[in-house]
Amino acid sequence: MNTPLLNVENLCIEFPTRRGTLVAVDDISFTINPGEIVGVVGESGAGKSLTGQSIIGLLEPPGRIAGGSIRLNDQRIDNLPENQMRKIRGKKIGMIFQDPLTSLNPLYTIGKQLIETIQTHTDMTVTQAREHAVNLLEEVGIPAAAKRIDHYPYQFSGGMRQRVVIALALCVNPLLIIADEPTTALDVSIQAQIITLLKKLCKDHGTAVILITHDMGVIAETADRVAVMYAGRLVEVGLVRQVVKQAAHPYAKGLMNAIPSLTKRVEKLTQIDGTMPGLKDIPNGCAFHPRCPDCMDICREKRPELTDIGPTQVACWSYHDCKH
Amino acid sequence: MPAFIIRRLLQSMIVMFFVAMVAFLMFNYVGDPVHQMVGIDTSFEDREALRESLGLNDPVPVQFFRFIGNAAKFEFGISYQHKRSVTGLFKERLPATLELSFVAALLSLVIGLPMGVYAGLKPDGWLSKVFLSFSLIGVSLPTFLIGILLIFIFAVTLGWLPSYGRGEVMHIGWWSTGLPTISGLKALIMPSITLGLFQLTLIMRLVRSEMLEVLRTDYIKFARARGLSNRAIYFGHALKNTLVPVITITGLQIGSIIAFAIITETVFQWPGMGLLFLQAIHNVDIPIMAAYLMLVAFFFVVINLTVDILYYVVDPRLRLDLGKANGS
Ligand SMILES: Nc1ncnc2c1ncn2[C@@H]1O[C@H](COP(=O)(O)OP(=O)(O)OP(=O)(O)O)[C@@H](O)[C@H]1O
Ligand SMILES: [Mg+2]
Repeated sequence: MNTPLLNVENLCIEFPTRRGTLVAVDDISFTINPGEIVGVVGESGAGKSLTGQSIIGLLEPPGRIAGGSIRLNDQRIDNLPENQMRKIRGKKIGMIFQDPLTSLNPLYTIGKQLIETIQTHTDMTVTQAREHAVNLLEEVGIPAAAKRIDHYPYQFSGGMRQRVVIALALCVNPLLIIADEPTTALDVSIQAQIITLLKKLCKDHGTAVILITHDMGVIAETADRVAVMYAGRLVEVGLVRQVVKQAAHPYAKGLMNAIPSLTKRVEKLTQIDGTMPGLKDIPNGCAFHPRCPDCMDICREKRPELTDIGPTQVACWSYHDCKH
Repeated sequence: MPAFIIRRLLQSMIVMFFVAMVAFLMFNYVGDPVHQMVGIDTSFEDREALRESLGLNDPVPVQFFRFIGNAAKFEFGISYQHKRSVTGLFKERLPATLELSFVAALLSLVIGLPMGVYAGLKPDGWLSKVFLSFSLIGVSLPTFLIGILLIFIFAVTLGWLPSYGRGEVMHIGWWSTGLPTISGLKALIMPSITLGLFQLTLIMRLVRSEMLEVLRTDYIKFARARGLSNRAIYFGHALKNTLVPVITITGLQIGSIIAFAIITETVFQWPGMGLLFLQAIHNVDIPIMAAYLMLVAFFFVVINLTVDILYYVVDPRLRLDLGKANGS
């Protein structure tokens, strides 16, 4: 068996508050293989961003990792001291945020920001770093890169800025990129371009990607595997083809039915009734049971674990039966 | 030079023009200048002759432009009370005020900025809390009270520092300075602290809140995610972004430091323009008042212009017109 690039085991993230501890991410485990694109979907507040932030070690206090472990190439990184974690950030794990308009420092040229980042992680001289930066900008599709490198962020459009952000995240060839809704803030017509670019670059560089998004369409076209989160828990993990076609978990089914599709004729898009519970009132048992069409007695009492059911992993009591 | 600086320059000139108008009106219509200059026993003919020789019988616009012409050469006539040219008096007093204001501003910047940065980076540290409580004192105590307290402690009780005056000064041409002498430096300590304390706390609080603000921005998060060192993030990326508001406030404050020097100069009997101005008010010495008004307005205008140019240096977005020119 080949070892995974990233191995997250029983990760818990909590927020201590005056009225007790809120558990925002509750005991999730998954792996990412080298060069693989894994989509993460789930309703707003499901804990997707927190999971991403904890992997790169940028969880904002008071949020903290309360349990579990995160391993990168078999090295534990969730408990590294800040100065060692800093060497991993950018160099081994990169991150792309939602809003390209605000991700770049307005007061510095994009060249300075690129060169600074390259020099932080390599021994390149300024001239070498600059050359590398120009190549990168060309690679992400900035026209006249040699000239544009000396421009300030405000001189670029949103889509162009997100390309610069991608160049910055990729500039020292990290093993993994966490892209947290990288296109949400962009014009719809540009979203597809950026996603295609990201996919191509990561294939070329052999970079694995955790792609957080609300857009199942994007996942279906881009990702190799998909992880569905609900109320801080993983409810289904599997190959994209499998999950899109035949989701096992009722919540994932609901999500997939909500994708508009060109190939199948759908009479009407379905919608999952109700809303995801807040962190304070996550119900006992399966967190989804109040909204679940197939709710059973056991669902209200015991939490289902993520279990292999052949093609995918699902946390749902309906499938545990058929396994045992 | 970019168009906006030229625009600012023109605006400054308009401002100066209106200030000159106010000064001129004051000059001519607050009391009778001739009346102020002569004794009670001067005859009517002598007064008329003086009036004629001063050009006070010319039409008002002519007088106004003559006033502006003189003001441009910084000539405001003879002080009523000192019977000396205002220019000479100001030359004597200006260095004292500027030195005091400059040292006070420098002090507030050199101390206030690092304190603000520290308090912004470590908002929960005990030292930050000490800084904040201290800044409350600076903001809420009136200047004269701080001055008097300092005098009481360091001059009266401990006897370490002189309670009034500039100490020994050195003359370089018409400029006088207390900086090279020990007694001059000693004399400068308390007045400059008194004058600069408010600004110091203001700058500190401003830098702190700007720093907290900037550290929450996405580009700082992204800089962290790229593994940049804390030093590069705090001092390269964050601090520079706090500078624009800090420059604004500091600029405005330097103006008010010069203007507020009046109070400090009175408390410490500092032989500067403020003291001169206060005495001029007592004695309705219009030429000095007019000159002071013009000078302070001039300082404000120059400072504002400098601030605008600094913006331009710090923030590339203001260089938009140039950026467009070389194509985007
Ligand atoms: N500082 C905080 N204190 C308390 N709760 C927090 C804090 N930050 C985040 N949370 C909670 O953690 C949960 C997960 O947040 P997260 O940002 O990971 O959601 P998400 O899945 O990324 O949602 P979105 O799709 O809206 O980005 C949310 O319910 C949120 O309310
Ligand atoms: Mg999010």
